[in-house]
Amino acid sequence: MPRLWRFEGTIDTDILAPGFYMKSPLHELARHCLEAVRPDFARSVVKGDVLLANANMGVGSSREQAAEVLKYLGISAVIAPSFAGIFYRNAINLGLPVFTIDEKLMSIPALADGAEIEFNFDDAELQILDNATCIKLIPLPNFLKKLILDGGLVPHLEKRFEQEETQS
Amino acid sequence: MITLAKKLLSDASGKANLDVGDIIICNVDLAMIHDSGGPRRVKPILERLNRNVWDNEKIVVVTDHYVPAKSDETRAIQALTKKWVKDNQINNFYDEQGICHVVLPERGHLTPGLFCVGGDSHSPTGGAFGAYMFGIGATEMAGVLATGSIWIKTPETILMSWKNQLHKYVTAKDMMLAMCRKIGMGGGRYQAIQFAGETIRNLPMQERMTLSNMAAELGAQAGLIAPDETTIAYVEAAGGQVPNNWRNFQIETVEDTRNRMQFDAANLSPQIAAPHSPENSDDADEFQNTAFDVAYIGACTGAKYIDLLAAAEVLKGKRIAKGVTLKVAPASLRDQHRATEDGIMQVLEDAGAEFLANSCGICAGYGEDRLAEGQVCISSTARNFKGRMGAQSSSVYLASPYTVAASAVTGKLTDPRLVMGE
Repeated sequence: MPRLWRFEGTIDTDILAPGFYMKSPLHELARHCLEAVRPDFARSVVKGDVLLANANMGVGSSREQAAEVLKYLGISAVIAPSFAGIFYRNAINLGLPVFTIDEKLMSIPALADGAEIEFNFDDAELQILDNATCIKLIPLPNFLKKLILDGGLVPHLEKRFEQEETQS
Repeated sequence: MITLAKKLLSDASGKANLDVGDIIICNVDLAMIHDSGGPRRVKPILERLNRNVWDNEKIVVVTDHYVPAKSDETRAIQALTKKWVKDNQINNFYDEQGICHVVLPERGHLTPGLFCVGGDSHSPTGGAFGAYMFGIGATEMAGVLATGSIWIKTPETILMSWKNQLHKYVTAKDMMLAMCRKIGMGGGRYQAIQFAGETIRNLPMQERMTLSNMAAELGAQAGLIAPDETTIAYVEAAGGQVPNNWRNFQIETVEDTRNRMQFDAANLSPQIAAPHSPENSDDADEFQNTAFDVAYIGACTGAKYIDLLAAAEVLKGKRIAKGVTLKVAPASLRDQHRATEDGIMQVLEDAGAEFLANSCGICAGYGEDRLAEGQVCISSTARNFKGRMGAQSSSVYLASPYTVAASAVTGKLTDPRLVMGE
């Protein structure tokens, strides 16, 4: 059953993708994702888990590996009251769903680290199964939703180029 | 009245009457990439898309992150970069010439009115030249290289309005650390920040670049400064093409007056930001008994010619304190040559400085030069996130080159005015 990973403090790109391992292949870099704040994260996270972070999530560098390692490790959505702009764009371009949440909802006790959850992309909803709470997230603009549904920018462009070729 | 950001985006998109929040497609005038997020990352994507670069003359490639390349992995990255540049006939290739954000303007690539993207988060530096420039990741860059265009959500303008003159030994870096404290690292809300007012107009270009550079630390997409005669003189000296209509970009307005913030340079003291965020800043004298191990003058933020000059002004005829090291990584080869000709490098050497390559160096924490476990550093760079410059238990204080140099002399964090007898 997928779980919620809730992080305190500010999560920056150096914590997500530490500089020293940036020269290494993605699978190696991913082993060090978030190790500065949660050494067990990379080995414990399972496919479908959702990450909840504080405001200005992903602040820092433009390295898209910060979003890519989360996708690689199986994270199905990143939720935060606000995102750093480049991280937000990178996540969408890689097809990793990112949703903003009303800051006021962050204090709901159900949003606890380790809670069993079910995430619904289409409805922008996070179900907390332990106590049957449904958290409504802020819906994405259609333009960005479509990019994510296409699987990110590269498949989106592949589709566009294909269409352009059949039209010409 | 249209804002500078909207004027630039309107020109880039061909759309008049933009409203905040409008998603538009802009044509890219210049795309800058470096060895880390550049060729090694975009090559496989372009191959998958079966596309060549849209315009080889509009692409600038700089090697600066894995410099010097001291391992097989990093040497392979540099070899791949060189091969890609050759295969794609990129003429604007600056190999180990310095950090991209400093090399780009010094070679005349930035001029008022341009719409540019860079594969690095400090790309807002280009805003100092009246260009709209922002940082993007590698996949998005591959999209730009394939299509020559990118989407953007029309930003609001947040105007940082500065009045009066800076005191001696107070710099753009101190202005920026004070702004980081005031609005926080998320305060820019990924909108367009613009620096304006008489304090800004009296700053030389490399100081303005420090402000625009750290618009990234304010959480803004861009860090704009309206062009003036100082801008034009710099661009012309660098061999850039100044557009005839550059005065059309002399705009300092906001949509909403609540987005205009007032600052007074006359009230500003040298600032230091405590670990682990640039927003943890306060007056330097609040930190006066703090000891440290390494003083670092480096990065696009803090090791340009003007930064080296500031450090030398403090260090002339002095020696660094026993037990601390001073490391200097001049931000570009050209700035280093100029500093050598002017005797600046000699002053730094005589004071006990060690020199590193013209690259991102310790600031990026990518290489072998990094902070050891438990080490404390005072640094002229932009970011002091936990573990960024080395071991997880290391910690970094941020300050201006004056303050870093003064601290190196006393061995404790120090307001430079105390060392200079002001």
